[in-house]
Order: sequence, then structure tokens, then C-alpha cells
Amino acid sequence: MGKSTVAAGLAHLAAQRGKRVLVVEVDAKGDLTDLFEHARVGFEPVEVARGISVMTIDTEASLREYLKLNLRVPMVGRIGPIASMFDFVANAAPGVKEILTIGKIGWEVRESIEGRAPWDLVIVDAAASGHVVAQLGAPEAIGGLVRMGSVSDQTGWLQALLADPEITALNVVVTPEEMPVAETIELIARVRDELEVPLGVVFVNRVLPELLHRADEVLFGALAEEPAGAVLRDRAGPGASSVIAAGRLAVALRRSRAAHLTRLHEAIDLPKLYLPELFVRSAGIRVTRLIAEAIGDELGI
Amino acid sequence: MFCGSGGVGKTTIAAATALGAATHLGGRVLVLTVDPAKRLADALGLRGGLGNVERRVSPEILAAAGIEVRGELWAAMLDTKQSWDALVLRHSPDEATAYRILENPLYRNITARFVQSHDYIAMERLHELHSAGRYDLIVVDTPPTRNAIDFLDAPQRMAEFFGGRLLRWLTVPYRIGGRRGARLVNLASRPFYQVADRILGSQFLEDIAEFFVNFQTMYDGFVERAHAVERLLRDRRTTFAVVSTLESAPLQEAEFFLAALAERDLPIGALVLNKTLSTALVEPAGEEAARRFIDDGRAIAEALAHTGEPALAEVARTERLLATLAESYRNFSVVAKREAELRSELAGAPDLVLTVPQTDADVHDLRGLAAIADALFLGTAR
Repeated sequence: MGKSTVAAGLAHLAAQRGKRVLVVEVDAKGDLTDLFEHARVGFEPVEVARGISVMTIDTEASLREYLKLNLRVPMVGRIGPIASMFDFVANAAPGVKEILTIGKIGWEVRESIEGRAPWDLVIVDAAASGHVVAQLGAPEAIGGLVRMGSVSDQTGWLQALLADPEITALNVVVTPEEMPVAETIELIARVRDELEVPLGVVFVNRVLPELLHRADEVLFGALAEEPAGAVLRDRAGPGASSVIAAGRLAVALRRSRAAHLTRLHEAIDLPKLYLPELFVRSAGIRVTRLIAEAIGDELGI
Repeated sequence: MFCGSGGVGKTTIAAATALGAATHLGGRVLVLTVDPAKRLADALGLRGGLGNVERRVSPEILAAAGIEVRGELWAAMLDTKQSWDALVLRHSPDEATAYRILENPLYRNITARFVQSHDYIAMERLHELHSAGRYDLIVVDTPPTRNAIDFLDAPQRMAEFFGGRLLRWLTVPYRIGGRRGARLVNLASRPFYQVADRILGSQFLEDIAEFFVNFQTMYDGFVERAHAVERLLRDRRTTFAVVSTLESAPLQEAEFFLAALAERDLPIGALVLNKTLSTALVEPAGEEAARRFIDDGRAIAEALAHTGEPALAEVARTERLLATLAESYRNFSVVAKREAELRSELAGAPDLVLTVPQTDADVHDLRGLAAIADALFLGTAR
């Protein structure tokens, strides 16, 4: 859907406006740093562009940090390899992986609010829609299961942080295609139903330009048939039919996407930002800039 | 087994494969999907949707869409919660234990909320359907996983989980003391329990213990089952197909998955490249025509007006549209070149790479599925 691209574009836009931004990659595929043409990064935030730092969530590193910071457990080094401890915690207690992810992000936000971390904005390139509800719901679920212990203490403030519309917004990126639109409608319904997390905006990515004005439709129809076909092949060579075929595909795609956009409109009342389909050779800083510009245009800044 | 990242059309390709098998090969074919959207059911003409129970796509509906099947086409959708409950009921020693497990909040959370549980139950359901012996071919549309490895390793992990030493350690004080009995007495002084207790709290540890003390009654059956599921994944009759689009992120995931399959010695049947643009978009003749559409636009528009076709009478309008079409061609050409590039760089691809073209419309009915099935089975799209 271009989740990473939108996250990177947003980070670029904010950094341009003087904000210090942390981008958190949750589903580490490494394509986020590609968008800044920077080498992959790990759990420690690395400044990949002026004002933009990126980190990748690693639940084991997150647990290690958590134990060190919150529990001051002196024997951590002595209970054997932390990996086996981690395996246990992550597998036996459902949701621990999820809460370690969301907890680390929440911690960065809280530290920033209290002036101990430098971020003005934390952007999370979150997990796919199927997972994100489980992740964001983890504090509440764990809070319901674990009523004592430090995990329980942690869930309260996390839930409050996630529910605060001044601090948190869940934004959805969608492309105007059948499945993504259906999933988005379902996701937003689930978020409203199951979570306390405030919804932000919907980024509608990869919107195709309108190729034909209504008045041109008959003309295009004529170009795609004989006798026009013969004239075009004669004047422009055998590739003329490929150009016409590409036009037909562009028109059809635009049309089917328009129908999905209509569905999205009717089903979702959140503000929407429209970003164009970019016909580019590869992802990189150029794409990030173009997306940042498109977001800026949509926001009127 | 069809795998791939989200948004690549995995469900559609899986359904088209099942339809193609029923049409071209015959036999009883089942497609097991995990896609909760009603799309597949609608596409297959199954009103009322799909659930855990398999439903047959009626030959009349297939015939009405102009599809003549030699075999039978069946479809089912994985219901995670229902499948877990069925598993518990099957392996519990008695109903009382089964209901104690089903009512346990921890169990409900594992099965309903947390993603990892889907991976395993999909494999488990496959095993169940396979063992029943009702189908010649079962096509599985796998759940979208965060990490491909997760789902390949799910049976193994599930067995390790229930047989885990750490788990037994952790529940020891409760198993010895009984649920309301002695708390962490002797063992509590040990670092392991101290850490576990401080992280999770003793109440939660007790809940876990209670759950697992109950769960252990079905341990043997469960672990044996997990091993059987794993054997089925490794069985020579099982084949994996990886689905991707020619976009960098899904392809990266596809390559990662292919590598993971190879590493585990699991059979890779095919790589399906879905929604690809036509190779005509990268041919020089197309670019040449696009250039002429712009450079000789005026002359071409005039020649078109000379045909006497009323729609082509306005020269200026035709000239403008020719330029627009050329621009659009160039835009798509850039994307097609990117696709060709990504395709040539593809690592670890199996011998069989199938290409399914980007169609003008969404696939949402049997005709659409049949077109893809023909592309896959008759090789019209290779």
C-alpha cells in the first residue's frame, strides 16, 4: 500500500519544517531506510537524514532494555542466556511480543514528552492491518490478564498514552483497489469497536491521473478501432497499437479505482489525503521527496 | 500451499488454481482460504459466505459462467476460533476439562487475539482435511504472516511450546502447591522465578499454570498432532507456490520465503508473478510510436481527420489526446521497465515461473477466476 513510503514522506515533510522525527520500523523489511538511501539500521536510532532518525523494533532487544531500565534486575546476566528467557516470555505469555513492541514506542514518546528524548514526532511504520489491532490492543488485553507485577504497571500508562488524541493518531494508508479498500473499511470498524486509539487520517495512495475527459471518450474509442488503427500504424509504426493498449489499460484502471474510491468515501468519514501514483524506476530519496510534496500540497502547507 | 505477502492477490491465485485444477485435471478439489472478506465466496457464487465447513460450488453456477469442470470444486474458510475449539474438544480427556480450557481467559486470548495462533491452526486444519481423505487436491491460501518463517515453523514451535522445559519449570511451584496452595516458597528464592514473578506477577503465573495444568491432559495428543502436521508439510505430496507482484517489497518477501523453503528442504513448485504489465511496454517500437505521437501529432491528427470518421474530425483535440496517450504510455513503460529489471534480478526462483497479466478489471467473478486459471494451466501467460 506504500505504508513505508508515506511514513518516510511524512517524516521528510516534518523534518523540513524543523521537527526532530523518529521513524520506527515495526515489520523490519529494511525498505524504510532505502527510502532515505541509507544502510539498514537496528534497534538503536540512527540519523538517516537531517532531522530524521530511524530504528527497527527488535522484541528481544526491547525486552533486554526493559529489564535493565524498569526492573533493575541485577541477575539478568546470571539467569543464563537471555534468549531462552525471551522465548519463554514471548511464547508462553501471549501478547508479550506485541506489548514489547508497543511499549518501546510508547516509552520513546513518553521520554520525549518529559524532555528526556529529543523527538518532536514519532512515526510508526506499523504492522499490516491484520496485526495492528492485536498490537495496539495488547496493553488492554495484557492489563486484563495480568493484574500484578511490573507488566501490569506498564499497561496503565501505555493505554492512557494510546488513547490520548493529543498524542496518538492511527493513520491508515490505502490504495484505491478492491482488497485494500475492503480491508481498510474493516480495519477502521475494528479499531472503533475494539480499541480506544484515536483515528487520524486516511492516506489514499497511488491515485491514477484522469487520462480522458468525458468528451474525449468517443475520440479514444475511435482511435482504438479501424480505420484509425491503420493510419496510426502507418504514421507511427507497429508500436502504435501498444500505445493504444496502454491507454486502454490506464483508462480501465483509473475507472475501476474510481469505483473503489467511491466506496471508501461512502464508508469512511475520516479526513482523506490523496497521493498520486508515481511512475518511477525505483524507490529512493526522490520518491520520498515527491510523496512529502504531495502530502504538503494536500495539507495546504 | 500458496504463500506471499499481503496485497499480491494470493487468495485470487489460490482460488484460480483450484478452479483450474477442477477444470483441467478433474478430481475433487478444495480451496481453503483464510481471507475473511466475503470476496471469494461471492466470486464463487456461494451465497451466505464461507465457514469452516466445506461447500461445493454448484456445477450449474459454473456452467452459467461458461465453465465446464471435469471434477468438483469445493471451498472453505478458516475460522480460527472454531478450529481451536474443535481441537480442544477432540483432545481433551473429558468434557469438563475441555470446557475448563475453553472458558479460561488465557485460552480465549491466545486463540482470538494473538496472531501467531492463526499460523498453527491453518496447518492443523489442513491436516484434518487431508486426513479425512475426501479431496484429491487441497489448495491452501495461507494466512498473511508477519514473517514467513513463523508459519513454516508453527507446528514445530507449537510442539516445543507445550513440551517446553521452561514452561514446566514455570508451572512447577503451582503444580506442587496446587492452585490455592503454597505460593512460591522454596523456588521463589531462585532468580528465574524472581524475574518471572516481577515481570508477570504471581496471579498471572497462577493463571498460566492453571491453564497449562489443564492443557497438559491433552498434551500427548496435541504434540503428536503437531508432529503429524509437520510431517504433512514435509510430505512429497505437498508443494509450495510463492505469489508476488513485481514490486520490490513483495518480491523481497518472496525471495526471503523461497530461501526459507530451500533451507528447510521444502518443495517449491512455482513462483507466480501476479498483476504484471505487458512486455509490449518495454519494446522499442512502442517508444518510437509514442515519440511520433508527440512529434508528428499534428500530421497524424490531420491524416486521421481525412478518414472521414466523424469522431476524428477535430484535429486539435486529436493531437492533444495523442500526446496524452504517449505520456501515459511512457509512464507505464517506466513501471514495466522496473518490473523487467526486478524480474531479471530475482534470486532463488524455481524452474517454473508463471506470469499472470494485470487485467483491465478486478477479478470478482468466476469468469475472472477462469481467465487466470487458463493463464496458469494452459500456459497462455508464460
